[in-house]
Amino acid sequence: MNVEQQNLFRFLVGLGDDAVVLSHRLSEWCSNGPYLEEDIALSNIALDYIGRARMFYQYAAEIEGKGRTEDDIAYLRDERQFTNLLIHELPINDFAFTMVRQFFVDVYYCEYLKQLCESKDERIAAIAAKAVKESRYHLKRSEPWIRQLSEGTEESRRRIQAALVELENFVGELFIMSDWEKELVEAGIAVDREKLQAGWDQYIQKFLAESDLEFPDSQLQIRGGRDGIHTEHLGHMLSDMQYVQRVYPGLEW
Amino acid sequence: MDNDKNEERPAMQPQDEAALLDEFERKIKAEEKIEPTDWMPEAYRKNLIRQMSQHAHSEVIGMQPEGNWISRSPSLRRKAVLLAKVQDEGGHGLYLYSATETLGISRSEMIEALQTGKAKYASIFNYPTLTWADVGAIGWLVDGAAIVNQISLQRTSYGPYSRAMIRICKEESFHQRQGYEIMYQLAKGTPEQKQMAQDSMNRFWWPSLMMFGPHDSESAHSGQSMKWKIKRQSNDELRQKFIDQTVPQIEVLGLEMPDPEIKWNEERGHYDSGEINWEEFYQVINGSGPCNHQRIKHHVKAHEDGEWVREAVRAYRAKQQAKSEENAA
Repeated sequence: MNVEQQNLFRFLVGLGDDAVVLSHRLSEWCSNGPYLEEDIALSNIALDYIGRARMFYQYAAEIEGKGRTEDDIAYLRDERQFTNLLIHELPINDFAFTMVRQFFVDVYYCEYLKQLCESKDERIAAIAAKAVKESRYHLKRSEPWIRQLSEGTEESRRRIQAALVELENFVGELFIMSDWEKELVEAGIAVDREKLQAGWDQYIQKFLAESDLEFPDSQLQIRGGRDGIHTEHLGHMLSDMQYVQRVYPGLEW
Repeated sequence: MDNDKNEERPAMQPQDEAALLDEFERKIKAEEKIEPTDWMPEAYRKNLIRQMSQHAHSEVIGMQPEGNWISRSPSLRRKAVLLAKVQDEGGHGLYLYSATETLGISRSEMIEALQTGKAKYASIFNYPTLTWADVGAIGWLVDGAAIVNQISLQRTSYGPYSRAMIRICKEESFHQRQGYEIMYQLAKGTPEQKQMAQDSMNRFWWPSLMMFGPHDSESAHSGQSMKWKIKRQSNDELRQKFIDQTVPQIEVLGLEMPDPEIKWNEERGHYDSGEINWEEFYQVINGSGPCNHQRIKHHVKAHEDGEWVREAVRAYRAKQQAKSEENAA
């Protein structure tokens, strides 16, 4: 691979990792939700993200050209080789936390994927076109949930506030670019995430203000996901997720 | 959800009831469906509530043993398919709860009956899923057995139940294929994988046969259910049908028979097979299977953990309601 291909590969794997890790978290709600309807809905969203992960990994594997498959990428790399943005890997915690995280990433993806539809790379643009529709639908669910929980009971409001505090330091990373990704932006392939921050902030602040909530404007940004520096949670997720592939190497399932 | 549906119905004169019963029986005889607004004997209603809610609970509790392997599915494709399948089961549960509600019981009452042990669910889900092959075996054998039962129930006399079965059967046959595909892949894989498939089939074979219930001679509810056409075929007939369709599939997989007594009987035109361990059957039904406590505990915990969410939704709706009334005033 030349440098451009290496950057593209890294870019695709990062997006695949974001999706695979979040889908894993969402799937943990299956049979554990507050309503049977929520088990179904959260599983559905998890399925959308698995679909994304597969499309990004498949393309990444083709760019790499070494005969690896989507599953080799998902199941045979360790924590330091996973490059998801950290917000995706945080444990599901309670329903409030899961929904606030989902609301945050839904708002983010709606804009990010919309812009990614304009990518000069047609394959990426096609994946984004499919995914953005899903995210718009996800947002239609997550947003009313935050509204209901913020204005429901004292307890639900307290839980929403706790989730906002827990998430505040993990949001900044969504908008931090590294040099190699900037090169992809210049080539018309990737999206400049730095430029999405103001719009995201405005959307979230306005929405929360309507429920008299504030999103703390954190100066602290925990980062490292794209470089394989994670929270302690990811390793446990991978040991669960990769169990069969690691115990029985090289088999078809 | 309305909790008050069971409240008093107007007192009925004996001669009215006799006429209504005649009309009810005429419909049953003529293969006309009984609909929610039709008069029906209380025993018919109770029998249906028991059977349909048990069916709904089975779908919901069944999400646990299969869900046990979602996080550890061995490939992204398998994970997506399994997640979609478990999600379908949740959908079936929802659909069946709604169909049962047409009989005048609320979902929360049914859930309470499940959690307090008053209502049962399919005993098969009280067995643990120990290996990935168990996901295959459940899809293939458990869903396979369920389909045999459900195809028969498409002709059940209660309209909403019949329609639910028609719809659910379509998805279940997809589930069975995905289960069989997992087993096939394993059976044709390495010796280790083949052993995994064999072991799993051996463990799930007998509990799958138990899914059809006791022998006809021992079945408490069967006689009346058959008379009212809630059930259309007997437990033993359905069990035989399942054995007959599954044995050739075991042969295709190249696995050893889970029961050494399985043998084609030319005269009967069916496979003969060994006797089920009924002691185990009753033990598991009566709450002492390997996972009975675990399954209910899991369900109760999810329900209790979600209580604050449901409370918040109720509070939010009440506030919205109050606001709109204020605006209207």
